[in-house]
Amino acid sequence: MREIMVRAMYCEMLGYDASFTYIHAIKLAQQGGVLEKRVGYLAVSLFLNEGHELLLLLVNTVLKDLQSTNLIEVCMALTVVAQVFPKDMIPAVLPLVEDKLSHPKEIIRRKAVLALYKFYLIAPNQVQHIHAKFCKALSDKDPGVMASSLHIYLQLIRSPDSYKDLTGSFVTILKQVLGGKLPVDFNYHSVPAPWLQIQLLRILSLLGKEDQSTSELMYEVLDESLRRAEMNHNITYAILYECVKAVYTIHPKAELLEKAARCIGNFVLSPKINLKYLGLKALTYVVQHDAKLALQHQMTIIECLDHSDFTIKRETLELLFRITNAQNVTVIVEKMLDFLRSCNDEHTIIHLIGKVAELAEKYPFNKPEFMNTLLPMKYNSWFIQTMNDVFSIGGDLLQQDVPNNFLRLLAEGSESKEEDDQLRLYAVESYLTVLKGHTSHLPQCFLQVMSWVLGEYAHLQESVDRREVIRLLTQLLDQRSVSSETRVWILSALTKIPEGQTDLILDLAESLSSSQDTVLRQQAQELRHLSQDSQLREFKPVAVVCVFSSQVDSSLSFLDGFVSEALAAGAAPYKPPHQRQEELCEDRALNLEPYSFSLPVSLSSCSITDRQSPTLLSVSSGLSGNSAELSQKAGSSTLILEGVKRVWGKDGYLPQKEATAPPVDEPSAAVQPASQQEAAERIEPRPEPSTQNQDKQQLASSLFVGLGVGSSVSLLGKSEAPPPRFRKKPRPHESSSSSGTSKRSSDSSSHSSRNTTDSFLYGSFPEEEPATSISTFDHTPKSTTANGLSQNKDTKEDRHANTSQILGGDMVIVRPSTIQDKHPPSVSSDLTALLPADLKDLPHSDVISLTSDPSLSLSSCRLFRDEALLLVIFISNCTETVIKDVAVQLTCEELKVISFCCKLFEFMRLILMNSILSVIHRPLVVTTEEYGKLWLSLSHDVKQNLKLLTDAGDPLRTTLNALKDALQLHVVDIIGSEGIVACRLLSGAPCLLHCRVNGAALAMWLRSPHPALPDFILYHCQRALAHH
Amino acid sequence: MIKAILIFNNHGKPRMSKFYEHYTEDTEQQIIRETFHLVSKRDENVCNFLEGGLLIGGSENKLIYRHYATLYFVFCVDSSESELGILDLIQVFVETLDKCFENVCELDLIFHLDKVHNILAEMVMGGMVLETNMSEIITQVEAQDQ
Repeated sequence: MREIMVRAMYCEMLGYDASFTYIHAIKLAQQGGVLEKRVGYLAVSLFLNEGHELLLLLVNTVLKDLQSTNLIEVCMALTVVAQVFPKDMIPAVLPLVEDKLSHPKEIIRRKAVLALYKFYLIAPNQVQHIHAKFCKALSDKDPGVMASSLHIYLQLIRSPDSYKDLTGSFVTILKQVLGGKLPVDFNYHSVPAPWLQIQLLRILSLLGKEDQSTSELMYEVLDESLRRAEMNHNITYAILYECVKAVYTIHPKAELLEKAARCIGNFVLSPKINLKYLGLKALTYVVQHDAKLALQHQMTIIECLDHSDFTIKRETLELLFRITNAQNVTVIVEKMLDFLRSCNDEHTIIHLIGKVAELAEKYPFNKPEFMNTLLPMKYNSWFIQTMNDVFSIGGDLLQQDVPNNFLRLLAEGSESKEEDDQLRLYAVESYLTVLKGHTSHLPQCFLQVMSWVLGEYAHLQESVDRREVIRLLTQLLDQRSVSSETRVWILSALTKIPEGQTDLILDLAESLSSSQDTVLRQQAQELRHLSQDSQLREFKPVAVVCVFSSQVDSSLSFLDGFVSEALAAGAAPYKPPHQRQEELCEDRALNLEPYSFSLPVSLSSCSITDRQSPTLLSVSSGLSGNSAELSQKAGSSTLILEGVKRVWGKDGYLPQKEATAPPVDEPSAAVQPASQQEAAERIEPRPEPSTQNQDKQQLASSLFVGLGVGSSVSLLGKSEAPPPRFRKKPRPHESSSSSGTSKRSSDSSSHSSRNTTDSFLYGSFPEEEPATSISTFDHTPKSTTANGLSQNKDTKEDRHANTSQILGGDMVIVRPSTIQDKHPPSVSSDLTALLPADLKDLPHSDVISLTSDPSLSLSSCRLFRDEALLLVIFISNCTETVIKDVAVQLTCEELKVISFCCKLFEFMRLILMNSILSVIHRPLVVTTEEYGKLWLSLSHDVKQNLKLLTDAGDPLRTTLNALKDALQLHVVDIIGSEGIVACRLLSGAPCLLHCRVNGAALAMWLRSPHPALPDFILYHCQRALAHH
Repeated sequence: MIKAILIFNNHGKPRMSKFYEHYTEDTEQQIIRETFHLVSKRDENVCNFLEGGLLIGGSENKLIYRHYATLYFVFCVDSSESELGILDLIQVFVETLDKCFENVCELDLIFHLDKVHNILAEMVMGGMVLETNMSEIITQVEAQDQ
């Protein structure tokens, strides 16, 4: 059997299917003697993966072997556990593996440490409790165990903050290693424990990153290792390399930097190719800190550019990419393209071509330095030519965002229209030239870009007959190699080219209307109708929607209504995925517990014993219900979604049909293949293939131009970050949000629906949600004076116009240009005194200033009445003149305006009743006894620890008062370190909160008859405390 | 972390493969083929590292290989491993094989695949370097053979 299994392994390795032997491998591991078991385990770890179902059969065997007295069996079990083990089964073996950490034999301790590390990688939250044991492993008396625990720390210290205190230990360990305190066994080529040193250096560099005080601890030891590692062996170079990296990563110290720089020099100049490679890598890493170093080695770098080794070349280009600046960009891009043309490795092409595109877009022609070397005209041709190269070399391997970005640059343009048009003109010219040549080998993505540009901007080129353009495009359509997607692009380009050539278009439409592809057929039909009906064509530019200025409601506020209805109907509130994950893990941990106690427990008995409490089950069922509810949500809200889509624009920023096609004037003759001429007379020195020293010098000077100027900051290509060639227009979303809002919106996009529900419920009005919901809910943009009409550029312009039409000419339209700046809080708090008598006594929120302009200012506050939420809007007149009339229009389908009274002078009040807002809770006034009874009768409970506010004398009381103010809760009683709080829904469902001070945290226990309410309240408590 | 360890001969026939991450059977074969193509066309006098450009992972992973007589030893590692360190680890691995088989040759790998795997398991466990000391590895392997 053993022999056969080895053969099966061999077959599997050669790629033949040997799945029939899998079960036998498991059997062998289960039943055989030690030798058979070893082969069995080996076969299992080769055959099966972590998710394979047969692995379940192995769990018991592993458990048995872990408890075996035979060391070899334990070792094998640990190996297999670290190799393949199903995630779900980790809790079963975890305690056993943990025990092995204190095993007398060091090999077992080592393997156990690595197995635990593996567990940590697979399921970090299940091994959180054993961090202390990792620490013990680090201080193990056996260096081998300590070495294997370094794996764990290297991983953990990626987020270094909580491990800073270990720096001292790591430094001591490294010192001991360097001092030769380890047994001679650990020496490799008479270097003490080199791999250990490498790992320690890595850990230290992670710890010392951007932390001066920690870095200071390690200067000495780094110096020591730099000094020691000066023998001529590979492994010492490995240590040196790590050292250099560490020196440059941690807080800099001049003396060390100097030494490290010398080491890099040695690397780069070394005749050994591997060291050269490492030297280049180190340089790439270092130029971010110190560009002058690259300058020292420029000749070597030039040599490496022509090196025969592919890897070296690639690394050199990477280095050059880092030192690119406005002056050497053309040369570097040229080099990269040369390399790409000779390279046939897919991944490298994808990787580098993206960088070329990035460089080409990054360096603007209107920058002064660039003017010196290249005129704008030249820049245009260079840019287009480079992008042409990018598209034709990268072809369809390109990531989609490269052509997208390029088209966006062309479409959005920069500030000056003239420059944009020039660039577009170049693009059109160059593409026409390309299309006149051979087109069959061009990649699809290039063809798509070309057809789009020609469709959009062919009219700019007046010298070209439009028939010519159409002819070229139709020619493409006839080619067999053109994919149907590209055909669609071409057709939509043809649609955009304006009228006049009806005969050509009709022919084309005719031939395509019998096409197999339905999309094509449809487009052909549209094209035909469009070209026949001149009226329709004239109408088209009017119907244009500017897609760029469309707005995206990333907070999904249009779903608010639905969410809150669902919540009211008893659906579980949304839980962010990580929370769900945690709860699921808890569940799982409970399920599996019996496994670890008794070995022969069968699965069925396991499932019986794990019935915990009904509450736990209800939690999980609630969870699954929640996800179902979510999907249902998506389904049932399609109506609203549709509305939104139109605002957003289906094609994103790639307008195909909507874009403008203004009529073009008189075409003339004289075609100029300008771009080619331009390319030929480029002033840059083209490096000759013959590597004459002088050529190299010249190349070096052009490559490193700008680097020698001195100040290191401006030298760095990366950090310099010049303004992009065409500034992307700020997303409307961003521009509309004020400082406070933007914080909120970024916040809300992360956990979407729940957050927005919340913001709606607590609808503080300066937030953007109500505003966007207005504009998304009804498409005719009526709008309002009161509400935050987010100011977007173009679309808002016409909305603005609409508003004034509705309101009449003499209206002052207050737009939220300044929010909360002009009004000191004292002013606004006075406003509450102006509330009518019947509202004065109600609890109210702070008055928030919404917006103001020189003549009017708006502020609002919320009043909590028992059956409703009142929204009071204050309009104050800031000027001396009397306002005759105020028209306020609040538009939002979700808010029903019940009463609408308008007083002439100071303020008016609007009472809004909102069906959604009924979910808002009210304080529930009960006595402690009633509370006790009620507590027992409630079924759904949730527990969680919250942050305790510790800034005042009595933390509990402060915290509860803060909650009370923020959330309208009723504090029933506070006894010692415990407090009880109550609230209820408008509909009557109570929710009781029991709070206890638990160290620095507040242990909160919520109960309610309503399954979702505790979560909901808890969530708001968290928020309220976080904001406090 | 080490992602995979491959040994194949000058003709691209796999002699040992060990993956520390799961790939399907087909992918594994494709990885071996692709790696062979990449490695075999490189000259003797170029460096032992190859970056990116692999099915086995994007630009993050790299290949570190050594060529001995008829066999290529290729380690695929991610950025957390030191290149030269791995290069010497290959050396240690080969020297250990040499000691265990007394003048190792390709045939030893074919006929004692399990032993090769066992030696490897003592050096690298679940993708992490466990032991780099040759005599220690040999002691462990021999202890298990008893």
